[in-house]
Amino acid sequence: MEPKTKIAAEDGKQDLTITREFDLPVELLFRAYVEADLLEQWMGTKVLKLECKPHGGYRIETSDPQGNVIFQAHGVIHEFTPNRKITRTFEMDGAPFGVQLELLEFEALTGDTSKLRIHVVYESPGHRDQLLQMPFAYGLNMAHDTLQEIMEKLI
Amino acid sequence: MNLRRDPFQAIADPTRRAILLLVAAQSMTAGAIAANFDTARPTVSRHLQILTECDLLEQEQHGREIRYHLNPGKMKEIAEFLEPFRMMWEGRFSKLENVMKKFKNRK
Repeated sequence: MEPKTKIAAEDGKQDLTITREFDLPVELLFRAYVEADLLEQWMGTKVLKLECKPHGGYRIETSDPQGNVIFQAHGVIHEFTPNRKITRTFEMDGAPFGVQLELLEFEALTGDTSKLRIHVVYESPGHRDQLLQMPFAYGLNMAHDTLQEIMEKLI
Repeated sequence: MNLRRDPFQAIADPTRRAILLLVAAQSMTAGAIAANFDTARPTVSRHLQILTECDLLEQEQHGREIRYHLNPGKMKEIAEFLEPFRMMWEGRFSKLENVMKKFKNRK
């Protein structure tokens, strides 16, 4: 079976493209990015601020079960076209990955299916590769936990 | 850290990528590989040395000839580089899909 999430990262470049097709109408897919309580559910993070408009900002934060903040990130929104496009920056606080530019394009495939294309531009090829290696360190555990959770619901 | 032993360093060069594509089809001698490039023979030898050090190429003795062929195991390592990142996003997106399906049904 072909993987649902595709990642294209050409060698030596400072960008990458993530594409994924969803079994959701484009309006619902877009809402998942726009409404704080929905975003919190699927990203597993707390949304401190989310202003979905040009020149708006956002801030997210994740804490461990003891309440210690383990992850903080923020950015600004440049373009916001409902059900079509979000252009924003993203930067992790206190991490050496630099700032990244994210261009999210939402596309309706049929009435019930949609496609998301995220083009991410990093400060340098080195920054990109460093971030790609990050899941090896701790992101993978997180993804596995999420996957497990989903699989458990299916059983 | 020895950068030259990193397979990603190895494929950062266009000539080396072209060499890998050449030997993917069949094992070849250094001379036959060099004949495909305008660059000087020692330059090609240098690229072959780096690719061999990185384990992307393997040498085999054929009578008096040494031929180079691709090491598919090491090539797979490069493909696997993106896999955890993809898995991370796949996990997130599956969750997004689940959350939104529930949200839709609730309405």
